[in-house]
Amino acid sequence: MGELSSIWRESTHRYRLVGHKCGNCNTVYFPPRDICIKCHRESIGKIKECNMSGKGEIVTFTVVHDVPPAFARQRPYIMALIRLEEGPMLTAQIVDTDPGDVEIGKKVSAVFRRIREDGKSGLIQYGYKFVMES
Amino acid sequence: MRTLSDVYIIGSGETKYGELWEKSLRELAVEAGLKAVEDAGIYSKDIGILYGSSSLAGSINGQNDIGSLIADFSGLASSNIPAIRVEASSASGAAAVREAYLAVRSGEYDVAMVGGVEKMTDIYGSETLDMVGTILDREWEWFMGATPAAMAAMTARKYMKDFKVEKESLAMLAVNDHENASKNPNAHFRNKLTLEGAMGATMIADPLNMMDCSPMSDGASAIVLASEKYVKAHKLDGIKILGSGISQDYLALHSRDSLYRLNSTVIAGRNALSKAGIKQSEVSFLEIHDSYSIYGLIELEDLGFAEKGKASQLVGDDIKLNGALPVNPSGGLKAKGNPMGATGVGQFVEAYLQFKGKAGERQIKNPQYGLLHNMAGTGSTSLVHIVGGA
Repeated sequence: MGELSSIWRESTHRYRLVGHKCGNCNTVYFPPRDICIKCHRESIGKIKECNMSGKGEIVTFTVVHDVPPAFARQRPYIMALIRLEEGPMLTAQIVDTDPGDVEIGKKVSAVFRRIREDGKSGLIQYGYKFVMES
Repeated sequence: MRTLSDVYIIGSGETKYGELWEKSLRELAVEAGLKAVEDAGIYSKDIGILYGSSSLAGSINGQNDIGSLIADFSGLASSNIPAIRVEASSASGAAAVREAYLAVRSGEYDVAMVGGVEKMTDIYGSETLDMVGTILDREWEWFMGATPAAMAAMTARKYMKDFKVEKESLAMLAVNDHENASKNPNAHFRNKLTLEGAMGATMIADPLNMMDCSPMSDGASAIVLASEKYVKAHKLDGIKILGSGISQDYLALHSRDSLYRLNSTVIAGRNALSKAGIKQSEVSFLEIHDSYSIYGLIELEDLGFAEKGKASQLVGDDIKLNGALPVNPSGGLKAKGNPMGATGVGQFVEAYLQFKGKAGERQIKNPQYGLLHNMAGTGSTSLVHIVGGA
């Protein structure tokens, strides 16, 4: 499977924003974790899948001009740290907006988009990006 | 029963840092290593163990087992000594020094060699960026389009907003690095930088421009560590490693409580100072991991030299070579350069030269203690060492 398996393995989390929840203390994790950082061994066997609403708030952001090869066609793009309603923070792009309209504290919601492509003949990889809430 | 040994640095060697197209990974490593051995006045048969450090040799150069590579081409293969690579992304260098320090301190070895090397210009710049991205969380930061500069930029934006800090304060660190590097013949960039020049450079990840970002450098640095017993028996004089601290934090920035408090740096710094038995006020100079200007600012705070949000008050005259607290006399990561696996070892080379009075035009007067700080990624691992004249 090579590179494909690493993409396929994470697709549930990246396509549908499925995180994890500790059955012991109810802390929600996204990206998913197999062990709770608060309960440690008490969480073993008690971690369950948990859907995120996709709603969140911009904690900080940047406009990336010096970009890796897989993002050459998107240059420049907006990267942000986003605090989800359920609690966790994640790293994602904000799209469909002018960088001048992006501000710390504004509301965003998740959309399903093409994330990156490995050259002309390589894999096209999909996942979540965020758009500004109107 | 063995007792713990004091650990001395008895020699250092370094290549020039920069775009060294004519030199290979192994040539760089061997050049620095041989200079260090010669400087220490030891013979290869004296070396008990060798630690190599490199962050990206496996990715960029397709070469692993850097320990054996360095030992072999330094002519040590037939002595069959232990030789191993230590990797902690951009903190690989100091991580290797720490392992060597522990090996000597434990009494197991009398002489340990550390060689850090990175050869970053053997592939195109955008491909190198792809490799440098391995210092982030590959699955959940890098995959989404984040780069090391983008992560630093997001920290910078939040920091500048929360503490009302102007971009000029970040740029001042780059100006200081370039001023000091202009006096360092091994530095990647020896040109001086004006504040206007630092503010007006090409944007990398807003608000950070090219002058906020350390370069991709080739280079190698090496030091020789020895036990107290060895130093006395051979009547050598070196400088002491007085304290070593290492700590880690969440790999990804989004998992941390604060975007601008580097917990790994706070703890590593506290532990190193406590082991050395000294306070911040006794430190004569700092070498800090300013891979991005914003990190330099928040490291000054997290190492206890300024209150949170207040480091901008320090980055004027105080941090100059003749100031109250010289920062990065070597030129720092921005201007001396950042050959990742060598960078942390290079900080020890600078400290050694400073304490031996061999730092030339950038010599600090009568240093008592130096604090060296090397960091992985956005702060996932930090190492702090305290060194002093013996």
